[in-house]
Amino acid sequence: MKRFIGFIKKEFYHIFRDRRSLFILFGMPIAQILLFGFAITNEINNVDIAILDHSKDTTTEEIINKIAASKYFSIKQMVTREADIASVFQKGQVKAVLNFEKDFSKNLIKDHKATIQIITDATDPNTANTITNYISAILQQYQKELNKDITIAYQIIPQTRMVYNPELKSVYMFVPGVMTIILMLVSAMMTSISITREKELGTMEILLVSPLKPFQVIIGKVFPYIFLSIINAVVIVMLSIFIFNMPVQGSLFLLGLESVLFIITSLALGILISTISATQQTAMMISLMGLMLPVILLSGFIFPISSMPMPLQIISNIIPAKWFIIILKAIMLKGVGLQFIWKETLILLGMTVFFIALSVKKYKIRLE
Amino acid sequence: MNNVIQVEGLTKMFGDFTAVNAITFEVEKGEIFGFLGANGAGKTTAIKMLIGISNPTSGKATVAGFDVLTNPEDIKKNIGYMSQKFALYDDLTVKENITFFGGIYGLSRKKIKEKSEALIKELGLENVASQLVGSLPLGWKQKLSFSVSLIHDPKIVFLDEPTGGVDPITRRQFWEMIYKAANQGTTVFVTTHYMDEAEYCDRVSIMVNGKIEALDTPKKLKEQFQAESMNDVFLKLARG
Repeated sequence: MKRFIGFIKKEFYHIFRDRRSLFILFGMPIAQILLFGFAITNEINNVDIAILDHSKDTTTEEIINKIAASKYFSIKQMVTREADIASVFQKGQVKAVLNFEKDFSKNLIKDHKATIQIITDATDPNTANTITNYISAILQQYQKELNKDITIAYQIIPQTRMVYNPELKSVYMFVPGVMTIILMLVSAMMTSISITREKELGTMEILLVSPLKPFQVIIGKVFPYIFLSIINAVVIVMLSIFIFNMPVQGSLFLLGLESVLFIITSLALGILISTISATQQTAMMISLMGLMLPVILLSGFIFPISSMPMPLQIISNIIPAKWFIIILKAIMLKGVGLQFIWKETLILLGMTVFFIALSVKKYKIRLE
Repeated sequence: MNNVIQVEGLTKMFGDFTAVNAITFEVEKGEIFGFLGANGAGKTTAIKMLIGISNPTSGKATVAGFDVLTNPEDIKKNIGYMSQKFALYDDLTVKENITFFGGIYGLSRKKIKEKSEALIKELGLENVASQLVGSLPLGWKQKLSFSVSLIHDPKIVFLDEPTGGVDPITRRQFWEMIYKAANQGTTVFVTTHYMDEAEYCDRVSIMVNGKIEALDTPKKLKEQFQAESMNDVFLKLARG
């Protein structure tokens, strides 16, 4: 045990004295989560919108003033004809157009109902969604003010219509995806590099000649990364909860357990990579090409698996990250328990056992 | 039974290629045994079998009284090893390196402290003890590396081309350290390219294409091959 502690101490010296590995370990996760995080942020500021006002009465004017007064929107232009809406969007000048129906004020008083159409540019689905919500909120606020003095409630009904991408898929995909990539990167790439470094420097030979057993050497090398990966996972979850208001609906405990499982899967992959590569460069290339690319492209992180061609959908099944992303999404967004994700967990567990067995076998062959 | 290394018909095959072909020899306690051969003659493969990180295809060998096939773990406790590449970590300080290697050989903290002080003093590294090993000159690293391989007082120390790439003065100093270790009863098993170093050995074996073609004291080998120096002996053998 004392030997083991000495070994781990040495591993931490390596990690903390190498600026590059430190950056990859702690800088990357934070940088990535912030980058991706701000891409999915719910905050909008000074979004340019256009207005098509068919009635031009006091009520519409008041609403327009309210919207213009908020820090979220700035009214870029007034449109006069329905036909112009498309061209405003195409020029990319505005993100949304508010279309007040004719006789807005009159309808509101007569029928207690008036209609605004909110048309948003959903090429950026998340922003479109947010804009709609914000405008609806402003309208509701206004409605409340109106109803304060009047006994019969007036109602303004926003009708929303999203153009270009009405389904708004993969919005919250980024956090689970980034978390998956980072755990994979730290666990698999960093361990494979650190093991091959010992091979390259010739120190691995010395370790193998020492009374330490090969598996002790490997566990000693891998252990610090388990620890650091867990810290990373915690940091990522905290960032997503506190900075991006990403919900974690399910159990944090289950989330932790599943993350540890995936960390071990990745470490096993890292060990496997280190057994087949002789130099740090090779290990890095194999990690990047063999792990990162499939994780980014085929795991459903950025591109939904359901819209991939059949062969790629089949290939995606052998990528551990795909299953972990499904698990993460289920726990974080849907808030489900193990009874709904035991299948994915089992697949991940099976893969882990397979990779560990394979790398133990490979490792032995190498020692021959 | 004064032989600390006993090798009989030791063979290693890689597929059809015979890297080490039925070598037989023994090494006495406290001896400096030179293990010579051209590149690719099979020296490193032979050493790897003796230090228990490679299994022989056939033949028998005992090191420090333990069988390489059945007891490699016991062998590892009793030997030191310094490879052609450096055995030290560049990003650890001199002291940390010593502590680490002492630690993996299971030395107590007190023992490590004693050893490390003695070793640093002996090598004159007091001023750089807290510096990273990477900043030291090659010759110092090599001497430190040798001392570290002796930290657990092994019965036998295996040195695989320990003096590659260092200047003659450092080589000389290195050999003084080897002599000192041998005088204290450590058996030294050393491979080298430098034929002048072969003259320093008590006995020398010369490997050609996986076989041991000559084995004796340097003096007797020179007589046997009617050569002026070990260099001539080696050339005569290698050219067949």
